[in-house]
Amino acid sequence: MSAPEASELGGGARPRPARRGARARSAAPSRARRVLTPLVAVVALLAVWEAVVDLGLVPNFLLPTPVQVVTALVEDAALLASHSVTTLAEAAAGLVVGVVLGFAFAVLMDRFETFYLAFEPLMTISQTIPTVAIAPLLVLWLGYGALPKVVLVVVSTFFPITVSLASGFRSVDPDVIDLMRTMNASRWQIFWYAKLPAAADQFFSGLKISATYAIVGAVIAEWLGGNAGLGVYMTRVRKSFSYDRMFASIIIISVLSLALMKLVELVQRALMPWKRAERNSNER
Amino acid sequence: MSAAEKNLGVGSPGAGLAAARPADGAGRPDAGASRPSAGAPAGGVSALAAEGLTLSWDGEALVTEGIDLAVMPGEVCCLVGRSGCGKTTILHALAGLTTPVSGRVLLHGEDVTGCPGRVSYMLQKDLLLPSRRIIDNVCLPLVLGGMRRAEARAKAEPLFERFGLAGCELKWPSELSGGMRQRAAFLRTYLMGADVTLLDEPFSALDALTRVDVRRWFVGVARELGLSALVITHDVDEAVSMASRVYVLAGAPSAGEPSHVAGEVVVRRADDAPGGFELTDEFLAAKREVMSLLG
Repeated sequence: MSAPEASELGGGARPRPARRGARARSAAPSRARRVLTPLVAVVALLAVWEAVVDLGLVPNFLLPTPVQVVTALVEDAALLASHSVTTLAEAAAGLVVGVVLGFAFAVLMDRFETFYLAFEPLMTISQTIPTVAIAPLLVLWLGYGALPKVVLVVVSTFFPITVSLASGFRSVDPDVIDLMRTMNASRWQIFWYAKLPAAADQFFSGLKISATYAIVGAVIAEWLGGNAGLGVYMTRVRKSFSYDRMFASIIIISVLSLALMKLVELVQRALMPWKRAERNSNER
Repeated sequence: MSAAEKNLGVGSPGAGLAAARPADGAGRPDAGASRPSAGAPAGGVSALAAEGLTLSWDGEALVTEGIDLAVMPGEVCCLVGRSGCGKTTILHALAGLTTPVSGRVLLHGEDVTGCPGRVSYMLQKDLLLPSRRIIDNVCLPLVLGGMRRAEARAKAEPLFERFGLAGCELKWPSELSGGMRQRAAFLRTYLMGADVTLLDEPFSALDALTRVDVRRWFVGVARELGLSALVITHDVDEAVSMASRVYVLAGAPSAGEPSHVAGEVVVRRADDAPGGFELTDEFLAAKREVMSLLG
């Protein structure tokens, strides 16, 4: 680096602390601003979308307008609702099984070092396998019923749960475990009082990811064969070229995923009352 | 029955606190004298003693060699040494968390080498469980011992005032200052109920002013409760301000020179001195002696 450049950088670095100070001093954006700003952005984008199609810049048979999408959503509401129930049921069943299996696996990995060493790399590698790639196999092996859907959801949710729990269990300060040993704590007590709460944070982060994987996993499995569900609905409307209905089902999938994530958040808040105190004292 | 249980059990909670200071000052050597370490001081059985404790980290290189020390009932002693001289290793051995290469750990004359759960134990980190309210944190040793939560809470509640924690019962650990958290950790240690308390640099993570306050408070509470305690620290001020006797540990295990007890300094306590013990000549005299033993 040349001398002038260095001095320039030095000069540029000097005012930075002041700027950071200014940022800390300025209050967080108000609630109204936080809600309204993204709302305006979305409305503006929808308006541009509507205009692009209405003005004929993109042919309507390729891209439905937002108004058409909403109309389709309303018209097909009953049908979408019944397919949503199927998808949700598959996703929920898979998620529950995935969480239970992941939990059991993580506990085993925590309890037995050999088990951890054996499966930790496998866990990481298996996370890189795309669900889309194994879905056709599952349909081939397990048929067109609900089973392949549930299994795909289990496969895609199991790993984030296991990995987040296992690393959560390991995040406990070893001094806490020593302290509890001097209190004659049993292995189970150390798990219940120290390890499980320490892993709760990471568990819920993993669960949030898994919740979205669950919906997407169920839909993907439905694409590849089935009698009901949003994925089946999507393949049907795609074949009949009604892209407005296609978009309607995409909206439903987004809403379901968001709702499931929100549900996880609510459960987390109820089960981890100490988090709020921690947030408050951090802000102070 | 343990000391804490005894104290808690006697009469009203307030009266119970002041009572039961086991064998007050028994066998405490004459003040002002410094003498080489020689295991248990004469007179009575020590609350905690190490006899020829030789320890290693990995089974090969020795960390300490032939450590002899004794804490008499109702006495607060310190073990002071430089960083890395194996203080925490000694503490772990005394707590029964590790087994020594050779030597014994005695609790009231009983061999407890390698048995965890016989002494109370407190570290520099407060190690409060973030997911439990303060009262449930301090009750932890009782609940782990099989006591019902309500009963444990009822036992701990009267102690909050004396430990300077009144009103904090239902708070979460993250809502307390460092000094308060350390007091809560000490109350939890006290409720472990063992006769002897081990403290590893208990207050050195606090800021300087809080540290002095909490140390003074500790000396008062320890006397009131009749605690037998061994404080392990690298801080000469902390050692002299808290203990009635200071064992000085010297050596450099990482350089292949296992630590040993270089000597023992008796501190002439003057806790009622105006401005605090830390400003007295007795404090300085003891500090000078410890420093010279540290080399």
